[in-house]
Parts: sequence; C-alpha cells; structure tokens
Amino acid sequence: MPHRAFFWFILPSALAMLLFIALPIASVILQSVHIEHPKVMTEVETCGPFNCTTELRVDTEATAELRKAQPLGKFIGLETYLNRNHLAFDVLKVQWQERDGFFSFVRGLYNLPFYKALTFTVAYTFIVTPLVILLGFCIAVAVNAIPKILRGSVIFVSLLPMIVTPLIGSLVLFWMVDANGVLGSAIQRLFDDPNLSLKASPFLTWIMLFVYGVWHSAPFAFVVFYAGLQTVPQDTLESAMIDGASRWERIRYVVLPHLAPLVTFVALIQLMDNFRVFEPIVGFNASASATSLSWIIFNDLFGQQQLFGSAAATSMLTILGVCILLMPVLVRTWRQYKVVQ
Amino acid sequence: MENTVQTKQSPLLRLILGAFVIIWIILAAFPFLWTLWGSFKVEADFFSKVDWSFALSGDRTIAETGSAFTGAGYYGAWVQEEFWRAAINTLIVTFFVVIISLTLGTLGGYALSRSSFRYTFWILIAALVFRAMPHMTLVSGYLLPFFEMNVWGILPTTIVVLVAINQPFTLWMLHSFFLNIPKDLDESAMVDGCTRFQAFRHVIIPVMWPGVITTGLFSFLLAYNDFAITSMLLSQDNQTMVPKIGSFLGTTQVQGNVMFAVAAVVSATAPLFILVLLFQRQIVSGLTAGAVKG
Repeated sequence: MPHRAFFWFILPSALAMLLFIALPIASVILQSVHIEHPKVMTEVETCGPFNCTTELRVDTEATAELRKAQPLGKFIGLETYLNRNHLAFDVLKVQWQERDGFFSFVRGLYNLPFYKALTFTVAYTFIVTPLVILLGFCIAVAVNAIPKILRGSVIFVSLLPMIVTPLIGSLVLFWMVDANGVLGSAIQRLFDDPNLSLKASPFLTWIMLFVYGVWHSAPFAFVVFYAGLQTVPQDTLESAMIDGASRWERIRYVVLPHLAPLVTFVALIQLMDNFRVFEPIVGFNASASATSLSWIIFNDLFGQQQLFGSAAATSMLTILGVCILLMPVLVRTWRQYKVVQ
Repeated sequence: MENTVQTKQSPLLRLILGAFVIIWIILAAFPFLWTLWGSFKVEADFFSKVDWSFALSGDRTIAETGSAFTGAGYYGAWVQEEFWRAAINTLIVTFFVVIISLTLGTLGGYALSRSSFRYTFWILIAALVFRAMPHMTLVSGYLLPFFEMNVWGILPTTIVVLVAINQPFTLWMLHSFFLNIPKDLDESAMVDGCTRFQAFRHVIIPVMWPGVITTGLFSFLLAYNDFAITSMLLSQDNQTMVPKIGSFLGTTQVQGNVMFAVAAVVSATAPLFILVLLFQRQIVSGLTAGAVKG
C-alpha cells in the first residue's frame, strides 16, 4: 500500500490514540512537576465591642483568580516525586541508617504509601499471573478429556468469571465471604472462631484478592490453551507414541513446545492487566490492607480536594513500571524483527 | 485422530480430570447463582447472622414480606435509586463506543495489514505499549484539561475517551483478522480499476464481518465493564451502570440497603450472560485471534 493511502486509512485511529493516550501522558508529565496553589490568605481585622482582633482568612476570590490564571499550579520541579507520599528518599535514608535488621527496614518501607502500593501491585502481578497460567492449563487439559458433547456448556460456564465486570465479580465474591455471607460463616464454623473475618486481617485480604484475580483471569488462559490443544500436531503425537514415548513424555516434548508461544501471549496480557489492578480493591473494600498504584492515583483524584500533582507523579512512576515490565517483550520482539528483516 | 489419543487414558485419570472439571464449574458458576438467588431475598437472609440456610429457605423474607421471594431490592434499585437512568446511559455509551471503535479500527487495521513498510511494525508496537498503560494513569492526565475545557462529566467525552483507549486492542485484533483475508482479493479489484477505498468498500467490507463482529463484542465488553474511566469522568447524573453500582456501595451500606446493590449487580450481569449465550463462538475465536500471531 502506498504511503499516501496508508496515511489516510490510519489517520483517524492514530489521531484518537495520539490525542487521548499520548497527549494525556504528556499532560501527566507536566502536571507532575507542578503543585496546586496554596490558598491565598489575607489578614482581616474584626472589631467587637471590646477589642479588635486580627485573624487570617482564606481569600476565596483571590484564590479562585490565581487558580484560574494558572490552572496547572506552581512549578516545583521534582519535589512531588521525592516527598513522603512518593519515593521518599529522605525517609528511606534515615530508616536505612537507623535500621535494626533487614526486616524492620522492609516493615518501615511498608508504612510509606507509595511503597505499600508498589509492594501489593508487584506481588499481585507476579503471583496471580503464573497461577492463572497453571490453572488455565489444567482446566484446558481436563476439558479436553471430557466427552465432546459437554464441552460447549462447560466453556460457557467457564467464560462467566472473565466476562463479568471486574467490579461486579469482586462484589459477588465479597458478599459471599462477608462474615455473614455463606462462605464467610462457613469458614468461621470450620475454624470454630466466630470472630474470624477475612476483611480484618491484611494477610487474608491479600489472599482473597489473589484468589479473585486467579478466578477472574483463569478462563482467559483456559480458552487460549484449549484452542491450542485442538491444533496439537496429531502426526507428531502418533509418531511419538510409536517411538514408545510415555504419556508424560508426549506432553513434555510435543504438547508443551506447541503451547509455548501461547504461554508467552497469555503471560504478556496478564502482566499488563494485573499491573493495573484496581477494581477488586474497591469491590472488596480492601484499601485498608491492600492498595495498588492505580488505587492511590484514584484516591488522590477522588473527593473534594483533588491532588493533581501528586496523582500525576504516581502515574509517571506507574508508567515507568509498565515500561520496565514490557522491556523483555519489546527487546525480544525487536530481535525477532531484525532477524526477519 | 483425537480419539486415538484419548482412548489411551486410564479410567483413574479420566475420573480425576472429570472431577476437576466439575469443581471448576462449581467455582465459576456458584457465586453467580448464589447472588441471583439471594437478590430475591431480604438482607437478613442473604447476610444471615443466624444460619446460612436461611438464604435458601428465605425464613426472614417470609417473615418480612409474606412470601419466599421479594422484588424489593429490584424495586429499590431501579425505581427508588433510578438505576434505569444508568442503564440508558450505559446503552448510549456502549452503542457509540462500539460503532466508532469499529469504524476507526477497520480502516486502521486494514491499512496495517496491507502495508509492508517498516512503520507498520512501529505503529503496532506503539499500540501494544499504549494497551499496557493503566487506565488510571491516563485519567489523571485527562481530568485537569477536561475541567479547563469544561467538557468533564458528559457522555460524549467519555465515549471519545473509551474509543481511544479501545483503539490499540481493536487495531491489533482487526489487523490479524485482515491478514487472513487474501491480499489477491482487493488487489485484483484494483487491477480491475477500483481505487483503494473502493476496493475496501466493495470487496473487503462484505467479507470482513466475522472479524468485525468479534472485535465489536470485545469493544462492547470494554465499554460496558469499565469502571476506572466512567467513575472518574462522569458526573453523578450521567453515570453508567458500573460506576452507579460503585456509588451504591457508599450510600446503601450506610442506609442498610445493601440489597439494592445486590439487585443492581444482578441486573448488570444479565446482559453479559445473554451475550455469552449468543456469541460464545465469536468470543472464543476472538480470545485466540491474538494468540495465533504469537
């Protein structure tokens, strides 16, 4: 296709992406080096019948005017990145010097909002993704073994946890594990502890969110692997059998190599999706024990006092995280591309 | 051919695999069935302090309403809390997002599949990176400019944003679908004197529907399921269903109307259920379309 025709065909789509994905990222960079104007204070003298007092009052008009003139706020450079709510290097330095033991340092790290969110996000991403692949593979193998006539309905039911809105999916589970819900009370009876609540313990909350993540994404891995299993080269399987390969050897040397590119695909999509984990934290009302990077951005932007600068700085750090996450894939793709060229 | 491999499985192994499938089905379906059943009960049954079996028999529901099933939750959500407004908004948003996404996506995806220049590779890689951007980071980029331009809170803004966020995925998917349509088809049309656009319009569009329908389904799901964008960019009056449920959580829990939220959740799940029922084949083929390329 000539350049000219290509340009006109791709233009609307490229424009949409530039305006609403690339430009906002630029806007985030700009916002992250600014901070909201402080309220303009003026001294007002009020005289009562006995004496006069001066007090500081917020000059609403002047504040509004200043905010209107410079909506971005005041330029402060990288200060937001370094403050206590973000990278907090100063605090880290002090904690490192005063540490007694590595674990107490880690625990201190966990008290800083950014590192707390980062810890959960990374843990979620790297625990849920492999489990999703493993469970998806097991379901695919199992479904492949049941009679053909049943498979359609099994796939239908399997798709539900994935198709359903993440917020709704997490709410449905949340209501069940509620202390008065069906699973919550069953667990209480099981451990014979009427005060046991999944919500109260940070550790159990994390587990609950991981379980939700696996439940939600396993169908995706299952469907991809199941489709892959349908195209396993039967000739190779048969010759392996004739050569005396056991069932395990056939899986190890024929089926798994065939599915390897699919594993890469599922892992890539899952890493991207799990890194932005957000809805389950809202649905499970878990923000006291588990926060993610997306959630702290949301928390900064939501409510009366919108902290654009703080949210933007966290966003930039998150984008940096995504880039690091994607780096291996990009490098690999680039190498393959060079070979093809 | 497949059967020759399968008959070799030992009965024990088949039993284990069968049990595994049954356990998985229960895990996947039970939460939804339970919530559907519970949405017709009162709160004292669904969150039973005394005995979980009340949720099945509906003891408290009978005591409070005189019948084992009650539509009070649905009435509260749809009429009292005006959930129907959110449903209409969802309908508008999803409809336009799907239509616009597909229009832009087919044009772009077609161009990407028919051009062999180096920049197509870079556009696809850029789209992949864009696909990876957490939506919340983009929202923090939108809010301030949208406030300044006075376009925050209205449906068209959200539609445009959802379309743009949807584009990387749409491009990738339609790109791989168009690769499967032989190039000879449109090239021979152009040899016969069509322009590129005419070839696209009269030769490609008639044969591209399976791919477009599948991609459309996923665009629909993205727009329907989104919470991050819609909850931040829509004002209270313009909320779609998912952010409305999100705000129910805050208000109803205080007022003791959790059942409103349960009813709303079931109502919002029903269309998805029907969608899977009708389009299971397309969804499965769409999930694997990206994987084929590896």
